[in-house]
Amino acid sequence: MADPSRYPPPSRAVRSVRSVRSPMAPPRSFLWSRRIFLTLLSAFVLLPVYVMASSSLKPLQDVSGKFRWLPSGLTVRPYLDIWETVPLAHYFVNSLIVAGAATVCSVVIAVFAAYAVSRYRFRGKRLFTVTVLSTQMFPGILFLLPLFLLFVNIGNATGVALFGSRGGLILTYLTFSLPFSVWMLIGYFESVPRELDEAALVDGCGPLRALLRVVVPAAVPGIVAVAVYAFMTAWGEVLFASVMTDETTRTLAVGLQGYSTQNDVYWNQIMAASLVVSVPVVAGFLLLQRYLVAGLTAGAVK
Amino acid sequence: MRRIRARAVRAAAGGAAVLSLLAAATACGGGTSASGGSGESSKTLTYWASNQGPNIEADKKILEPELRKFEKRTGIKVKLEVVPWSDLLNRIMTAATSGQGPDVLNIGNTWSASLQATGALRPWDEASLEKIGGRDRFVESALGSTGAQGQDPAAVPLYSMSYALYYHKKMFAEAGIAGPPATWDELVATGKKLSRDGTWALGAEGANLSNNIHQVFVLGKQHGADFFDAQGRPDFTSDGAVKAVKQYVDFMAEDKIIAPGNAEYAQNQSLSDFAKGRTAMVLWQAAASTFASQGMADDEWGVAPVPVASGAPGQGTSTNSMVAGINLAVFKNTRNVDGALKFVKFMTSDEEQRLLCSTYGSIPPVKAAQTDPAFDRPELKVLRSTLATSAQALPQVPNESQFETVVGTAVKNLFAAAAGGRAVSEESVRAELTKAQAQMAQG
Amino acid sequence: MTVTTTASAGPRDDREPAPATPPSPRKGRRPGRALPYLLLLPALLLEILVHLLPIVIGVAMSFRELTQFSLRDWGAAPWRGLDNFRLVVDLDAPAGQALLRSFVTTCLFTVASVGLCWLLGTAAAVCLQDTFRGRGLLRALFLVPYALPVYTAVITWSFMFQRDNGLVNYVLHDQLGLLDSPSFWLIGDNSFWALLTVSVWKGWPFAFLVVMAGLQNVDREMYEAAALDGAGRWQQLRRITLPSLRPVSQVLVLVLFLWTFNDFNTPFVLFGKAAPEAADLVSIHIYQSSFATWNFGAGSAMSVLLLLFLLLVTGVYLFLTSRERRVSRG
Repeated sequence: MADPSRYPPPSRAVRSVRSVRSPMAPPRSFLWSRRIFLTLLSAFVLLPVYVMASSSLKPLQDVSGKFRWLPSGLTVRPYLDIWETVPLAHYFVNSLIVAGAATVCSVVIAVFAAYAVSRYRFRGKRLFTVTVLSTQMFPGILFLLPLFLLFVNIGNATGVALFGSRGGLILTYLTFSLPFSVWMLIGYFESVPRELDEAALVDGCGPLRALLRVVVPAAVPGIVAVAVYAFMTAWGEVLFASVMTDETTRTLAVGLQGYSTQNDVYWNQIMAASLVVSVPVVAGFLLLQRYLVAGLTAGAVK
Repeated sequence: MRRIRARAVRAAAGGAAVLSLLAAATACGGGTSASGGSGESSKTLTYWASNQGPNIEADKKILEPELRKFEKRTGIKVKLEVVPWSDLLNRIMTAATSGQGPDVLNIGNTWSASLQATGALRPWDEASLEKIGGRDRFVESALGSTGAQGQDPAAVPLYSMSYALYYHKKMFAEAGIAGPPATWDELVATGKKLSRDGTWALGAEGANLSNNIHQVFVLGKQHGADFFDAQGRPDFTSDGAVKAVKQYVDFMAEDKIIAPGNAEYAQNQSLSDFAKGRTAMVLWQAAASTFASQGMADDEWGVAPVPVASGAPGQGTSTNSMVAGINLAVFKNTRNVDGALKFVKFMTSDEEQRLLCSTYGSIPPVKAAQTDPAFDRPELKVLRSTLATSAQALPQVPNESQFETVVGTAVKNLFAAAAGGRAVSEESVRAELTKAQAQMAQG
Repeated sequence: MTVTTTASAGPRDDREPAPATPPSPRKGRRPGRALPYLLLLPALLLEILVHLLPIVIGVAMSFRELTQFSLRDWGAAPWRGLDNFRLVVDLDAPAGQALLRSFVTTCLFTVASVGLCWLLGTAAAVCLQDTFRGRGLLRALFLVPYALPVYTAVITWSFMFQRDNGLVNYVLHDQLGLLDSPSFWLIGDNSFWALLTVSVWKGWPFAFLVVMAGLQNVDREMYEAAALDGAGRWQQLRRITLPSLRPVSQVLVLVLFLWTFNDFNTPFVLFGKAAPEAADLVSIHIYQSSFATWNFGAGSAMSVLLLLFLLLVTGVYLFLTSRERRVSRG
């Protein structure tokens, strides 16, 4: 049995993200332009983040009046109120279920498909990759209504409720991220030496075993990258969620609209809620970003 | 070879595992949508309520005790969903298309004819109306906004409202103005006195399509224009319609009594400006509870009928409000017609009408409930008499909701132009309205 | 005698391979022909269910008159042939003009957004190529816009773009005095710039991420050789870095183009259902034509045209870039 750790291309990619020493000290003009550019860019990036964080701690009169950099008084009231105004926790759970299930399914299916494409020669292979990739260019608006009608008809014919259920949304979202995931994983699997799984096959593993025991472990960065992408796609989608959910299955993307009510727009609560729903995703993303770069390095950009 | 096939089978099993995972995922959501199937037994109903209170949670708190009361009396359990306004029309449309919807639902009364045309709502024939006490229990003007003429109503009135002029007493006093204006000329003259030093006379929701429609519809009536001809075809570019739209936008463009910033208002910011003393007047429907929630005491503001061109409010060119309100409809696909009718009867009963309308600050469309002292507040007296004497229903045509979108957008664009300092002329108004009408002609 | 499989499998130890199965050949083995198809099956089924079938239905809808009257029984909606298409491309009628204007707006917006995203992403990735203090922090920071859920990011921007109370006017007008009077950003002509800002803010980190990954594949030795030849940093950037990034950029630009062109979430959350004309992207335009005016037939016709356009652009782009690659190789 071949030892997968003998072929460590992904982890090398992970490491090489860090330390690169330039052979020559950069000239001053370069350093200064870099400094200025990075400062401006950071300001651009940070501005909305600062607004979100600071506004979430402001009392209502601060956010419904003229903008001010610093709050007139700090309050955590918005963070307590957000759970009352809108059933945020409920939406949060919905989003978590939908995005989580969509991610798991999308990754599993993409791994199978990418393995088939990268390891086998078969009729229709090119047709498959071209078709899957071309779905990337389908405007969502084109198939919103047809998909809705399709789900309704399937529901009426089989009794499997897709429309209005989390299941329908999961199916939809996992398919959204599937093309890009398959494409990236094909690239990544190509970078995993064939000798690895061939050795496993020679040792008597079945092809699925070879995939699960050898290829998948060697492709963890690529898989993590794909999972992160799939999760973010599902977590942030608005259009389909607004049509395909009802009160019980509503996701955060749609639910956040509830903060502008008949009486007032509770900007401080909107910002607090935005922060609350963003923190888990951003934190997870930043923790996994190294994999993402590595996954892209080996997968998509070669 | 066989062994390889065995592997293939295992691979297939892997694929099947994925599919069953999906099926499981599907099933986990499936439980909820049984509610979409309209009431399996005669013991449950699903009710979609529109957002009437301060927020959705507040609505649930208001309605749920009433639903329990209903359950106690009839043994029918009502599942409540409060649908935000931003979603309501889309949700009803998808329900109409899919046949999976609630049993009973709230609709904006202006959509009655539009939704009637989809065939998704159960018509209220005489027999059904009898079951809830008959047509005569309701106020006439409210019944005028329940569907196309000559057809059975698509819904029955639930809450009624009309427009009034709300004015800020302190700002009026400081500017030395004795009372609220009764004609548009007076409003502009008064407005010029009030618009100074960062305060403005009138508030508007320039980017709120429905609100724009409500205002220009009434002004259109005053200029003798309807936005639809007798056959129900769009007629947006008549002289009267152009004048009406121009008059409304000119409050900002020409008279400069509306703050330019109002052009992007769509979320009731004009009410919060009013409460803060930045705007002296708003044209609004049943605003009392919003003012209260913004910390304004009831004696800080006054109410008067919406101005007219001249004379006193009445019918025809003296119309000064649209018939605003919420209707209650029964979904055609309901499997529990009996229960649904019982529920509508309950919601339109004198007792519930008094209770709910006084909570929401609206007018009961049920005559008998109006006698309650709760509706004798000065504000509600104005709204009530407007509704009874000088309000007209928006056109009851199937295209009504498209009309709201396209003409509402036209007014929004004109406000944007005015706020950006561009001149608003009859030509530019006519051009916008022509464009709007062309969008309707597509249908 | 026939024995069912289950009966024969019953008493036997499952772990024991069936004696009839010959050991698989060690070399040149060919897997079961069905296996790759089985592996593809789930992906294929889902693509068919969620993408391909709806597209077919969408195309079918574009030939029908589908309004609120016929939607409930949409299979029986009246057939209109090419009427919907004629309507939406008729440049003498307002509907066609509106679609054309929206299309031009979308093209301008997409070119500007993709260009800026690529530029910022590449510049930032190049800047973070060497190690220096705070580099890791900056990299994490730069990825934040990409990681934020779309609606939270866009809602925050819409808060900042308010005319009277927003940060943008506060800074540009009140603090810096760059504007004579506060501008509108969410209505009127400036809404194009507001949309572009948000789109670039949200999109450039993806370019950054991809270019950063692409830079990992640039051969270090080339820099060393160039340095020995006396090439400065700027020259290295021009001669080595940018040319090496070419293939990556080509893919990146295509992906960004498709995502930006089809973007619905950003304008929808920023402007709501009725986007101002200056920012009326095709996706929003179609949404309004179908969901707000309930003319789903015309809306579908527009979507079909949009899809054809995207197919054409992508095809031409792939053809040109692959030919270029072949030429540069040959």
